[in-house]
Formats: sequence, C-alpha cells, structure tokens
Amino acid sequence: MYVAVKGGERAIENAHAWLAEERRGDTSVAELSLSQIREQLSLAVNRVMAEGSLYDPDLAALAIKQARGDLIEAIFLIRAYRTTLPRFGASRAVDTGAMACDRRISATFKDAPGGQVLGPTFDYTHRLLDFKLAAEGAVPPAPSAPPRREPTPHITEFLGQEGLIQSEPESEVAPRDLTREPLEFPADRALRLQSLARGDEGFVLGMAYSTQRGYARNHAFVGELRIGRVTVEMEIPELGFAIEIGEVELTECETVNQFKGSKIEPPQFTRGYGLVFGQSERKAISMALVDRALRWQELGEDNLGAPAQDEEFVLSHCDNIQATGFLEHIKLPHYVDFQSELELVRKLRREAEERIAHREAAE
Amino acid sequence: MSDYNFAYLDEQTKRMIRRAILKGLAVPGYQVPFASREMPMPYGWGTGGVQVSAATLTPEDRLKVIDQGADDTTNAVSIRKFFERTAGVATTEMTQDATVIQTRHRIPEAELTEDQILVYQVPIPEPLRFLEPRETETRKMHSLQEYGLMHVKLYEDISQHGAISTAYAYPVRVAERYVMDPSPIPKFDNPKMEMAAIQLFGAGREQRIYAVPPYTRVVSLDFEDYPFEATKADHACDLCGAEDSYLDEVIMDDAGTRMFVCSDTDYCRSRREAAA
Repeated sequence: MYVAVKGGERAIENAHAWLAEERRGDTSVAELSLSQIREQLSLAVNRVMAEGSLYDPDLAALAIKQARGDLIEAIFLIRAYRTTLPRFGASRAVDTGAMACDRRISATFKDAPGGQVLGPTFDYTHRLLDFKLAAEGAVPPAPSAPPRREPTPHITEFLGQEGLIQSEPESEVAPRDLTREPLEFPADRALRLQSLARGDEGFVLGMAYSTQRGYARNHAFVGELRIGRVTVEMEIPELGFAIEIGEVELTECETVNQFKGSKIEPPQFTRGYGLVFGQSERKAISMALVDRALRWQELGEDNLGAPAQDEEFVLSHCDNIQATGFLEHIKLPHYVDFQSELELVRKLRREAEERIAHREAAE
Repeated sequence: MSDYNFAYLDEQTKRMIRRAILKGLAVPGYQVPFASREMPMPYGWGTGGVQVSAATLTPEDRLKVIDQGADDTTNAVSIRKFFERTAGVATTEMTQDATVIQTRHRIPEAELTEDQILVYQVPIPEPLRFLEPRETETRKMHSLQEYGLMHVKLYEDISQHGAISTAYAYPVRVAERYVMDPSPIPKFDNPKMEMAAIQLFGAGREQRIYAVPPYTRVVSLDFEDYPFEATKADHACDLCGAEDSYLDEVIMDDAGTRMFVCSDTDYCRSRREAAA
C-alpha cells in the first residue's frame, strides 16, 4: 500500500549532519584554520571576494571552509551575507595611479616610468609538480628591495598625451548600483563593468576567449596590468572631508585595442577595462576584453552578431550564483509538471495511433 | 531570533518589495522589475516567492507552504522552517486556516477566500521568453500588446499535433490586457485563478514581481474551435476517491503498477478524515 512520503524534515536534518561530517573529513587529520586558508589559498580567497562583491579575506576564508572548497558555493555564502549588510554610502573613486604595485607589466612598451615589475606571478614557472611541497618545510625568504615611493603613472596616459587613444571623459554622475536596483537594458558602461566584476571567472574568460578566436575580434594588447594595494577614502558628511577607511588589493587591466576608426570616431586606439578585487589577473584581462567587445555601439562599430557583443546575453548569464541556482533547481520535485506532460504525451500518442489505424483501414 | 529582522529582510527592502507588489496589483499581469536580494537559499528554490512572503507576512499571519501541492516535500519543509525561524509566525498545513500560502507549481483544491494571499514561486516570469529570448524585445511586445507570436505558437501546435501541446505554465490573459505566465502550474489549475484571494508572483533571479487582484478576469489563451481544456489523469484518487482533484502518478512496483493520488495532500487528508 502506498504511503505518502513523509519525514522531509528529518531527512533534511540528517543530510545536514552528514554534510558537516564530510566537510570535516578524517578527524585524525588536523583541521584547517581560517588563517591557513586566508594565507595559503589566497587566490581562492580573492576569487570569492571578487565574485562575492565583498572585500573581507577572513569571511571569504570562512566561506571556503564551510563550502568544502566549492568556490561558487563560497561566493554564494558571501553574497547572502553581504545582502544583509546596511549600505552607508559610496567611497571616492580609488586612485589606481597611486597604487603600491606588487606587479606591473606592460605588453605595449618595453619600458616606461615605473618599470616592468613581474611580482609574484606564475607566468614563467615551469608547470612541474613540486614534490618538495608534499613535505612540509620552510620557504627561503625571497630577495627584497626598497619599494618605489613615487606613484606609477598609467601607460595609457602616455598614449593619451599624443591623442592616440580615445579619451574617457570624467563623469560626476553616481553610477547605478547593481545590488540595489534591478538590472535593466540597455545598461550603461558603469553597470556593465559592475556586472562583469562580479561575474563568473570561467564565463567571462570564455567570452573573452571567443573574441580572440574571431567572434568580434578586437585586437587587444595588454597596455598595462597592475596589482597592488590602494587606499579607500570616504567622504564623511559630519566631517565635511574624506578620510581613509582602509586599503584593498586590486588587479587592474587596461587593454589598448587597435581601431581603424568608424563612421563616428577617427582612427585611434580604444580601451577595454578590467578591475577586480585581489590578485585575479585572468579575470581582469578577460573583463577588459569583454568590456571592449560590448562597446561596439558607442564606438560606431558593426554588430557582428557575436555573443561577446551582446550585452543582454553576457550580463544575463555571467552571474554564477543565478546560473547555478537555476541550473540546479531542476533536481527539485517537478512531479506536477511532469504529470501534465505525461497526460499530454499519452493523449497525443493515442490520437496519432488512431490516425494511423484509420489510414491503414482506409487503404 | 534576534540576529535578523522579522521575516529576515530588512524593512527598507520589504518596503521596496511592497511598492513593487502594489504596482503589480494596480497593473494586473504586468511584470514589475524589483531589486531582488540574494537570499540564504539558492535562486531557483523559490527566492522570489520567499521575498514576496517576507514582505507580506505580519506577526499575526498563519503560513502554509506547499510544493507540488504537498506540505511535506523537502523544499516546502525547508521554506516553512525558514519562516518559523526568522519570523516566528504560526504555520499550518490546512488550507482554510492559512492567511498566506506560498506555493510552487499548484493551486490548492479548496476554494480560497478574500482573507487569503497566495504567493507563487516563479522560475521564468516572461510568457514570451521561449518565443523571444530578449527581454528588451519582450517588454516592447507587452507594451504594444503584440501577442500574435503566442497565438501563432498555439496554432502551430494544433496544426502539428492536433492539440495545444502546453500542459503546464499555460499562458493566460489578465484583465484583458497582459499575457501572463501563471508559473508552472498544470493547466488544470488555470480556471481557479479567477478567485477571491490576492495572487502574488515572485521571480527572484529574474527580478520580477506581478500580481492578480481578487476577482480579476483570467483567461487561458485558446481558439474558438480549439477551446482551452483543463485536463488531469482520467482516474479518481486511490486514497480518498476524489474525482475532481489533480493527481500524482506513483509507480508501485517493478512491474510498473501505477497508483493515482491527490497532489494536494491537505485536500486528500481532509477528505479521508471526513469519511472516517
């Protein structure tokens, strides 16, 4: 005899208990501390902060631990926490020209004021598994030198002096906030950049890669990539002036894109821009390429029908929290819809069989 | 629980959602954009419905949550627990005792009253979405009442299959103006949408809220010679004997023996109790 499935509540509680046990793993192995994750898995922490839109390495480390290393799950935890926080206001625009750079490279000039600084990069490592890491041991200290004190100017400024690169007029208009207003199209560039900055690294990478392979190719050079810390300043109304409220690590990428000119713009270089929390250069470069592809209209280029040019397509699908939620929801019960489809398919089959039988009888 | 505000969302957010709900009620069937929040459950799990319920609930309310018509499916249990914890409201499984009912994929069998609010969870609020993927286009189509594409789709169904091959999320026209997605309820439930209760629809991921005020005309799209038909399995419930309720089909054994039972568990239980 059929008994309606009951006990959902107990099943959920038991599943949670089992999950907690699995998260901890073998208890004879020492438990991970948040500071270990923060210090030793810092690129994972950076990605969670960037796509979670919350700069807090400790909370990101906690989220990674709780999510068993599933970064999208960790990003989700951060987002759900972030949305409960009150919004006091907006900081002043950070001055990345005054960044204390750990890394700063240009692919367009062999040398420039501020120099080429490789910094802590994987770029020229040979991807050979380092079995020494399997054994614990101290790392010898890296050579050090006194840091530069003077600011490092942006490479694009040098091109701008000659008028060779399209200028970006400053705007006093406060950008809309993607987290407080529904996303509506057409979106302006500030909103597009916000969306890409918190967009899924893999998705943005794939979109950028598609432009390199000819789907709205935009001939990007990395004019500059810089990683370092900048101070965040905020105007305090009660004080009447801005004060420093903290420091964040950022990755900034400016691409210089070849441009033959269009109906409305003279031949000049154009720009793509990427700015991401933490050290996230793959994401920053990808973001810059996609930003440039999305600017076709403003620059009077042709719409080639490429996915990366399609603002609605890119922005509606780059958020991994939305995407994963909707994708995974199909595992929830759908008996009712499925039942109605069952009835329909049976009905259509019955009618089709009747038609065939009718035809055969007639022959 | 003191860590979060009543019903989880802060009052500013609730106010923003209530404004969207009121606008939705004022323009029946129109999809109102709203700044949906990330909720502590994933998109696709009913975040739109949960936000609408959170903005609707008062401490005096009594909440019922159903998924597929049942109170005891895992996600219904999870959402009910969420509000028990964050709002401390009373909950019930009895349709007539509830003041707010959050639902996924069903309308309860028992007739709802003017004292009730039915909150639907909506995955894709745009009825034209699978005919035209662009939001910029579909919004234009709604503003111009350009619904020819939908009728062509239904016509093509008939010419290919001899019947309209939409079995759930069957499009309706509300108050003779907007074509609306009733959420993925079976088309069996469509005629119930002309009801005394307020119907609110929340789509979290898609950032849309829409509404049907009480006693509003809701017409399922059809043709004169192919009228709309609310269908269900041609059986009676094997537990309570009801012939008028929507049925789930359950596979009983390896031989594929089937059994049909009410999808609305409260309706089925109350009928069996009344008979006992």
